[in-house]
Amino acid sequence: MLKLCQKISRHFKTSSRLLNNIEVFVDGTPVSVAPDYSILQACQKAGVVVPHFCFHERLAVSGNCRMCIVEIEKMPKVMTACSMPVSPGMRINTKSEKTYNARGGVMEFLLANHPLDCPICDQGGECDLQDQSALYGYKIGRFMEYKRAVEDKNYGPLVATVMTRCIHCTRCIRFYEEVAGIPILGTTGRGRETEVGTYVEKMVHSELSGNLVDLCPVGALTNAPYAFTARPWELRNVMSIDPTDSITPSIEISCKGGEVKRVLPRLHEEVNEEWIHDRSRHAFDGLKRQRLNACLKKKADGSYEELTWKDALEVLAEEVSKTSGNDMVGIIGEFMDVEAVVAFRDLMYKLGCENIDAKKNGVKLSPDFRNNYLMNSRISGIEEADLLLVIGANLRLDSPVINARVRKATVLNGLNVGLIGTDDYLTYDHTHLGTSTSALTDLLKGTHPFAKTLEKAKFPMILVGANVLKREDGEAVNSVIQEIAKKYNVIKPESNWNGYNVLHNEVGTVAALEVGITSEYDPKAKPKFMYLLGADNFKPDEIPDDAFVVYQGTHGDEGASRANLILPGASYVEKSGSYVNTDGRVSLGKKAIPAPGQAKADWEILRALSEVLGQTLPYDNLQEIRYRIAELAPHLIKYDYVEPYSLSWHTVPVKGEVNKTVISDFIDNFYMTDAISRASPTMAKCSEAFNPARNTNFVPEVPIR
Amino acid sequence: MLAARHFLRRTFSSALATHRDTAYNNRDTPFDFTEENYQKITTILTHYPPQYKRSATINLLYLAQKQCDGWVPLAAMNKIAKILEISEMDVYEVCSFYTMFNREPVGKYHLQVCGTTPCMIRGAQDIIKTIEHECGIIKDQTSKDGLFTLTEVECLGCCANAPMLQVNGEKVYEDLTPETMKAMIDAWKAGKEPKVGPQNGRTCAEGIQGRTTLKAQPNVWPDRDFAKAKDDYQKRLEAEAQKKKEEAAAAAAKK
Ligand code: SF4
Ligand code: FES
Repeated sequence: MLKLCQKISRHFKTSSRLLNNIEVFVDGTPVSVAPDYSILQACQKAGVVVPHFCFHERLAVSGNCRMCIVEIEKMPKVMTACSMPVSPGMRINTKSEKTYNARGGVMEFLLANHPLDCPICDQGGECDLQDQSALYGYKIGRFMEYKRAVEDKNYGPLVATVMTRCIHCTRCIRFYEEVAGIPILGTTGRGRETEVGTYVEKMVHSELSGNLVDLCPVGALTNAPYAFTARPWELRNVMSIDPTDSITPSIEISCKGGEVKRVLPRLHEEVNEEWIHDRSRHAFDGLKRQRLNACLKKKADGSYEELTWKDALEVLAEEVSKTSGNDMVGIIGEFMDVEAVVAFRDLMYKLGCENIDAKKNGVKLSPDFRNNYLMNSRISGIEEADLLLVIGANLRLDSPVINARVRKATVLNGLNVGLIGTDDYLTYDHTHLGTSTSALTDLLKGTHPFAKTLEKAKFPMILVGANVLKREDGEAVNSVIQEIAKKYNVIKPESNWNGYNVLHNEVGTVAALEVGITSEYDPKAKPKFMYLLGADNFKPDEIPDDAFVVYQGTHGDEGASRANLILPGASYVEKSGSYVNTDGRVSLGKKAIPAPGQAKADWEILRALSEVLGQTLPYDNLQEIRYRIAELAPHLIKYDYVEPYSLSWHTVPVKGEVNKTVISDFIDNFYMTDAISRASPTMAKCSEAFNPARNTNFVPEVPIR
Repeated sequence: MLAARHFLRRTFSSALATHRDTAYNNRDTPFDFTEENYQKITTILTHYPPQYKRSATINLLYLAQKQCDGWVPLAAMNKIAKILEISEMDVYEVCSFYTMFNREPVGKYHLQVCGTTPCMIRGAQDIIKTIEHECGIIKDQTSKDGLFTLTEVECLGCCANAPMLQVNGEKVYEDLTPETMKAMIDAWKAGKEPKVGPQNGRTCAEGIQGRTTLKAQPNVWPDRDFAKAKDDYQKRLEAEAQKKKEEAAAAAAKK
């Protein structure tokens, strides 16, 4: 195992003696900055732009592009602003002749070997090199020699490489080493022959690999599925969030015409920092495939008949009127927004049905106390904690973005990570406590060697994967975990710390819990009518053969194939809705493109249905339904906000016995976990390339790049 | 077997910056340091603090190169990464950066001819041509018999004896002419070892006419008996101390 902590020394740190802000002068203007700032950060604070390539706030400083050089008074030479710490009274000159000439010179060298292929480069229009050479470069190049050529590398089907364009900023190397935790890239060779790559022939692979494209300041690493489909100035960008990841990372959806072209992460310090994982970024092309765009009714011979909305709702109303409320079951799907969940809840309750399930074999978590089912220390709490005990989650696959934060905390704060469940390479050092539940019971008894460490921790954090709660003995296991939390003082109201966390992997579940849907549905009961609200990941044997199944959703996947009536819903890029993440943070998703065919936003369908049923729901637009949401749970309309919840402890009494089986991680193919990603050709290529053992029978039309 | 190897053309005195799997050089090629070298590694590692073991990368690469007859196989780099607990990429970076490490097999005699200005003026190109002609190779190739590899390198610090040639990174042959070069190659081919050092009969970097200056013992410093000087100094100190004592005694008597 690598001693990953050694990397600390490479991070930018200045003396801790100076604690007060110090004053420096940027182009004559005084700014007061923290003593550990670099000159570049001080300039940024003063609002002065310093051109740079290799510097990146979230990566170690490397200082090798030399673009950020500035003149500092009383210094004989120009200095790199990114790697030079500020000192009191420093006078920085970013507009002097000397700075200007130095920048021009650096730019000339960078361009010496950079191909002039901007017209055929995907980065064109959003390329740092292009912009900065226009601003700071000389007009004419003097380099008459041949340019070098570098062979392309295999970064998998998501990242296209044109390594000749690489300017050796080493951002990609540092990203893989520091954030993704896979030290696989490096610079080989020297001088003109320097290359960025793996040296040996192997494929670069990480769940976060898409972020390389954002980091690369030039067109060396570009988004392969997006290649040559649009120019940045043609795109319309919608600031939204991604509900397919349970932490709802902030994303930017770029569309051209009525089509999503790409998804980029947006900065959100408390959620996703600057990263999103590859499924968030690339699975959207599944939204064009296998889509349900018309109301369909399954005929007796198994074929489908297309209906208009009016007819479809009437058919549905007739079925509903035949069934009593008790014989109905509603299942809420994984990506449901709060609006749809509330409309569904209201409608089902009006119809006399209380059997609404959102967890699909999950534990009946009590929605009464929010701290029983949310991530109480928040995602950012990982950086405050000094011990993290992960139970039944493979963070690298379950939530790569959280995993990156855990890795950061292990490197920077020395976070101690323990894992109960299947062991894997998590990109950081961790203690594996055991694979089965007996590790938990040992911990409760205090006989486990890790118990001492847990006892000593100041801010311990327990992260329970949602998969644990889906076990047959999930409730018993959960109460054991809660007992452990109690015994080891994981909740410390005096320091405002609650270390008991549940990591959900579906926002739909959280939304349902937030509006108080208790899962009273007994899977053994035989319902006559089932309403699947976008629910796909369930076991087919849960649905009785003679039940009438309505599937309202986006994809022709597991749910739709069993359905008797299909109502096309809008996906998360085609409707505005609010989502609650595993933190309890409410965030707003925006509509980016129109829904295909007859598809409508889910709550609208439910509203229309209620009218046909004669049980009209009292809201006609987004505003009104949000008032209704506020009635149920006022905090759900405070966007990008986590309502503080009580720190008192409400344990669930132990139910049943814990059986000593292995806690397995349920994700068997990171690239295909839901209806959208299963329909996505890009994700299919990824699972073919990265996960051949767990592959599908997908045959790509074009060879994988 | 040597003939079957394909040799990668080098430019700017460095080989290809990436690795290509070959039958003789891939991840699974067996490699382990010898017992003797392991002992050396233990000694080397004592020179660095344990958390900076990575500092020994170059030393270990050098050991591996010596052990493998002048080149470092990929398996050796991986082994070093394991020993030093660093990532394999870190070793690849170092090894590919320094041109002194050969990442492809070289001949028994790795001829490194200096091509920098003083040697060039003194006819380094002719030496290279001679070698190319005699061994039937061009720069950066290995001869068919596996004896010679030719590389042009930068200054090796023997400018006074230009042109010069270094063999296997150890032995240095200076003051070459095409004729002496040819004779040396013939000697190697015949299994003999030519004399190391200047090939035109001079000693070290002396002028060709022998030593002309600095012949006598330098007379700058007068001969000096350090033992006596030390003695004198001691005596002077003692005398001073004695004097002080007497003065003090005299002052006390006066009172
Ligand atoms: S590939 Fe891009 S990110 Fe990586 S070193 Fe080259 S320019 Fe930088
Ligand atoms: S940004 Fe400072 S050297 Fe690259």
